[in-house]
Amino acid sequence: MNAIASLILSGGAISMLVAIPFLAVWALPYVYGIHLEWLFGIVIPYVAVIIFFVGIVYRVVQWAKCPVPFRIPSTCAQQKSLPWIKYGYAEKLDNPISTAGVVGRMILEVLCFRSLFRNTRMEFGTDIKYKSAKWLWLAAIVFHYSFLIVLIRHLRFFTEPMPFFVPIIEKVDGFFQFFLPVVYQSGPLLGAALTFLLLRRLLDPKMRYISLPADYFPLFLILTIAGTGILMRYVLKADVVSIKELTMGLVSFRPVIPEGISVLFYIHLFLVSVLFAYFPFSKLMHMAGVFLSPTRNLSNNTRIVRHINPWNPTVKLHTYEAYEDDFREKMIGAGLPVEKQAASPADKE
Amino acid sequence: MAKIPESWNVPTPEGLTKEVDHGPLSLGLEKGWMRTPVEIKPGMHCYAALPKRSVALDMPYPRDWSAMDEDWKLPRNWREIVLEGFKDRLDRFRTFKLFMDICVRCGACADKCHYFIGSGDPKNMPVLRAELLRSVYRKHFTTAGKLLGPIAGARDLTLDVLKEWWYYLYQCSECRRCSVFCPYGIDTAEITIIGRELTNLLGLNIDWIAAPIDFCYRTGNHMGIQPHAYVDMIDFFVDEIENYTGVRVEPSFNRKGAEILFITPSGDVFGDPGTYTAMGYLVLFHELGLDVTWSTYASEGGNFGLFTSNEVMKRLNSKMYAEAKRLGVKWILGGECGHMWRVVNQYMGTMNLDIAEGSKMEEPVSPITGTKFENAKSTKMVHITEFTADLIRHNKLKLDPSRNDHLKVTFHDSCNPSRGMGLFEEPRYVIKNVCNHFYDMPASCIREQTYCCGGGSGLNAGEDMELRMRGGLPRANAVKYVHEKNGVNMLACICAIDRAVLPNLMEYFVPECDVTGIHEMVANAMILEGEKEKTVNLRGEPLPGREESE
Amino acid sequence: MSLKNLLLQKRSPIVKKWCDVVLRTYPEQSQSFLKKKDPFGNPVGCTIAEAIESIYDELLQGTESDNIPLFFDSIMRVRAIQDFSPSQAVGFVFGLKKVIRKELGSEILKEGISEEWAAFESRIDGLALLCFDIYSKCRQKIFDIRVHQVKNQSHRLLKMAGLAYDLPEDYESPGYEGDLKEGQVNKHES
Repeated sequence: MNAIASLILSGGAISMLVAIPFLAVWALPYVYGIHLEWLFGIVIPYVAVIIFFVGIVYRVVQWAKCPVPFRIPSTCAQQKSLPWIKYGYAEKLDNPISTAGVVGRMILEVLCFRSLFRNTRMEFGTDIKYKSAKWLWLAAIVFHYSFLIVLIRHLRFFTEPMPFFVPIIEKVDGFFQFFLPVVYQSGPLLGAALTFLLLRRLLDPKMRYISLPADYFPLFLILTIAGTGILMRYVLKADVVSIKELTMGLVSFRPVIPEGISVLFYIHLFLVSVLFAYFPFSKLMHMAGVFLSPTRNLSNNTRIVRHINPWNPTVKLHTYEAYEDDFREKMIGAGLPVEKQAASPADKE
Repeated sequence: MAKIPESWNVPTPEGLTKEVDHGPLSLGLEKGWMRTPVEIKPGMHCYAALPKRSVALDMPYPRDWSAMDEDWKLPRNWREIVLEGFKDRLDRFRTFKLFMDICVRCGACADKCHYFIGSGDPKNMPVLRAELLRSVYRKHFTTAGKLLGPIAGARDLTLDVLKEWWYYLYQCSECRRCSVFCPYGIDTAEITIIGRELTNLLGLNIDWIAAPIDFCYRTGNHMGIQPHAYVDMIDFFVDEIENYTGVRVEPSFNRKGAEILFITPSGDVFGDPGTYTAMGYLVLFHELGLDVTWSTYASEGGNFGLFTSNEVMKRLNSKMYAEAKRLGVKWILGGECGHMWRVVNQYMGTMNLDIAEGSKMEEPVSPITGTKFENAKSTKMVHITEFTADLIRHNKLKLDPSRNDHLKVTFHDSCNPSRGMGLFEEPRYVIKNVCNHFYDMPASCIREQTYCCGGGSGLNAGEDMELRMRGGLPRANAVKYVHEKNGVNMLACICAIDRAVLPNLMEYFVPECDVTGIHEMVANAMILEGEKEKTVNLRGEPLPGREESE
Repeated sequence: MSLKNLLLQKRSPIVKKWCDVVLRTYPEQSQSFLKKKDPFGNPVGCTIAEAIESIYDELLQGTESDNIPLFFDSIMRVRAIQDFSPSQAVGFVFGLKKVIRKELGSEILKEGISEEWAAFESRIDGLALLCFDIYSKCRQKIFDIRVHQVKNQSHRLLKMAGLAYDLPEDYESPGYEGDLKEGQVNKHES
């Protein structure tokens, strides 16, 4: 699958996903007088959310059921060894020996993308200079945190009264007070980060080579969701009161379809539903998977505490007795001590 | 008869006048990697395992075959065997299942592999090496892959795919450099290890791995050296040491009641320059009066089972504890070896500690300094640089580092003790105390970011020299830099495969630089009780400024 | 304007394009990586870029430069172990002609220095032959290393078994054809 085919496929898929609610909610009432708002405003979101949670739990359980036969952390710093060899905070985090260290390592990994941050590039001047090659890290951080903030801001639609942190986040997010309504930075930042990630995939030949439709699709999907969201907020001015009525209906399990909600909202909601339903079956599961990664979430203490392999296989061994039987005369000839003919039973497997 | 591959074809005169040019960038119109079939090239793979290697360890489907042949003489139901093995391993290894599922193809690992850096072959990017297996995983084990096929990045397991797996799984040295940079810790070594297990279900091992595991199982070491020859070899070192130092060391073998069992890779006993490192151990033990014994049964530290399957690894590794128990030693001292220490640190206790039950083994304590090696409390095996660093720290060695003054040393962190253990400071501490000129290579080439020697994981054969040179290129490039900048002329390492591979690499890229184990330098710097005036080192080379006056 | 001045004037585009000629012999997917300026992360690309630039400068200096073989050596040492046939490994040298013709073709005609250009072209041909010599030496070195490795594996054992034949102490080496010593590259006689 080359890049153009992947793009056409994922682009086509997104167009279809936009077209479905558009036609169903906007065109059907005109042409046939059929109203499907209940399907797109109630049924599909419920189904998507169920798939999302059930799917994630299912996948995580599947992973967790899988045993961890060996303890194989990637050790990225000095081990804990002799007492006078430096084993400070950096070492505890990059080559943890205790649970606390592992927790620290996971926090750094999950919240700060520690491993991506390692990317460096060196250049020669008079001496070696390290230039950071952290664009990927930066884009990833910006994307994930913007997305998180956008999600938190959306709690406004699902809670009454709002949790205390929602207005705070909104305040911070709208700090620069552009225009009216206030432009939240998270929106444009999200778009910019996604665009960077997309362009990176398209313009770097080695990235293009490894990319699958499954890599372009989520990018397009989230971009479109962000796009429709921004349109609703700043351009086409959706009816926030009615929307909140709908969303509050959803969370309180008394779903209603208020009048006067634009088709744009249904498109937005449908795409979000698709994202939720797609999530458990896709690479987006890395969100849960990172917590289970055995090269990151285990401590490097295998010489101190035995790690147990639940399926430790019983294998045929070549015992010393068998070995001595093979070479006894030569061993005696070389002056090597040998056991007596009768092997001691303790050494048998 | 092997078919002559395309790449051997002599170009036509018209072809010659054309430049080699892969053309301008095709801007997305290039063929996807799935539709680019593998071309198995000479110099880039190792010879196939000989059928006789399979006997002792009961490896399946022994036969004469060659990777260059069209027909690999696979069993008729090879697809079922592989897919069944695949499924079985998905259920047994969380790593495998998780790493099949969560890669987002961010490309952070793409340019971290030494084989990619040195060859430019895109299928050597770690992400793509793993995708070779993932694509089949999707096709056969995920719903989306079954329904959507290539759209979901899935493809069928065909003979071409199997060959592609084999070719690239045996072009990965399991060094784990990529796993350091992966945001989810996806470890290509783990994928390679399990992928190679799958190839072994079909009898597709390479001889450079199959022979050592076969020998190791039967004779105790990779070289197939029988016990009397092993003793002879060490006796030979004893003579040479006496020749050069005037001190006669007296090692013991298979001795019951010794305090410590010493196990080192057999490469140290049979291949230069590892042999000088082995002499270094002998000198050190003698000078300390250490109550230590060598074993001919457990005469191999290395474990090519790690490159074959976890079962074989366990079978070979078991000898360490079995022998420690039989001899009644208190603990095991391990020599300078790379993957041996990954196995000892991350696998041995898990696999085989029950063998040691009822033995006299206890938490290791240095008999010279009294230091407890708390970090080896459970496995009871201590790395020799940990042991020596502790000795030096307690001033238990009389050292004259100026005897190594003709050396300007740099240190190659071996992949396995680096990323599978974290052994960085101990070797450096020892080196800095036994020689006066030490220069580290740039930070992105050492420690957890160290480059492979190019021949790890059983790829240090002769027939794949081009592969080794490409893989070793980033390392050689960094050595060349310190050679030009600081005049470095000695590359120290703590791995027997390094000592076999790096001399070739240096000979080609930095001929002025030689290779040594750390304990060779330690022994050379040691002032021995009753030594004669030192004029030569353990290699019998005259020491500059101390030549014998004639 | 003399050819040399023209070549000096257009130095940076010519060097860049010549370098691209070399990089285009690698798979498309890797070319962007090979342009990365990181001598330790991208030793192949950096070695090539550095050597191409130096060779070009030396070429402009005059005919008798001793350094040209050294720079070619650093490129060929890498290309000799990579996935190229001999003609592919060396072919990039001729690429310089094409690059210069493209950059300076009209100027050369205008200035009426085609004779100078013809001489320069034949120097490039000479470089290609030199490059081929170096390539062969590098390949020979690889074969030598293969043999050394096999010898080294068994050497200790043979010696121990008393089977190895040691040369007498006063034996003089007849000189080893395959042994390429640093900086001691046979120059092509042109």
